[in-house]
Amino acid sequence: MNWLRRASSGPLWKEEFSVHAADERYVTRRQLTKFLVLTSFGMFVGNIWILVRSLFYKAPSYPQQPVARLGEIPVGGVKLFTYPTKEDQCIMVRTGENEYVSYSQKCTHLSCAVYYSEASNRLECPCHQGFFSIKDGAVLQGPPSRPLPRILLETRGEQVVAVDVKAG
Amino acid sequence: MTMQSPIDMPPKTRGLTVIAGAMSLIAVLLIVQIWLLSAALESFLAGNRHTALPATVFSGVMFLICLGLYLFVDRVDSEVRRSGEER
Ligand code: FES
Repeated sequence: MNWLRRASSGPLWKEEFSVHAADERYVTRRQLTKFLVLTSFGMFVGNIWILVRSLFYKAPSYPQQPVARLGEIPVGGVKLFTYPTKEDQCIMVRTGENEYVSYSQKCTHLSCAVYYSEASNRLECPCHQGFFSIKDGAVLQGPPSRPLPRILLETRGEQVVAVDVKAG
Repeated sequence: MTMQSPIDMPPKTRGLTVIAGAMSLIAVLLIVQIWLLSAALESFLAGNRHTALPATVFSGVMFLICLGLYLFVDRVDSEVRRSGEER
């Protein structure tokens, strides 16, 4: 079966602008099909871009940064800080006598700032009611589809130090 | 009322039906491709780097099918219109 059109003997304008009103429906449909196929090509290029980014991905290295003194916040208390850059807001919660957890404060849905709800012991996003587990940042409810990135903490002497970021 | 079978239709109407069928197929493939792109992006942002290759391969296959359907539509269009002019 031959899928290609036969080479036309007429001029190009005849193909694109039909002089017969009835043929106009063919021209418009063919042009819409061409547009759809170009869109499909765009989607393919988008996937290639993601593939290239994945292949050349280098895991970033994060600085070690003291974020609080031990006992600075009470159990159930919260401290905000920035890590790893000044633009990345994070939230740290003291969940037990010697337990601290920390997450990026940026909701994985549309980047609103999440806050800690002590009453329900979870992180909540006020924009679209997205709730995250305080244990591991997993999505409990709402539109976010990815967990919150976790900031790994270590206790060194009297300091709580942020050492790494684990993507959600 | 009886339904007209495609064989009894005049060639011009039949051509339009064939093109509409091909276009609907392209539209369905396009929706799948959009979904594939958003799922691949979501997975990439979540730190999973293994989904990008299969997603790209599937997207490429779907693009090739769309391209094939476009060439088919193009051929049907030129043949039907040419046959109309020859008559
Ligand atoms: S921005 Fe957080 S749920 Fe929408």
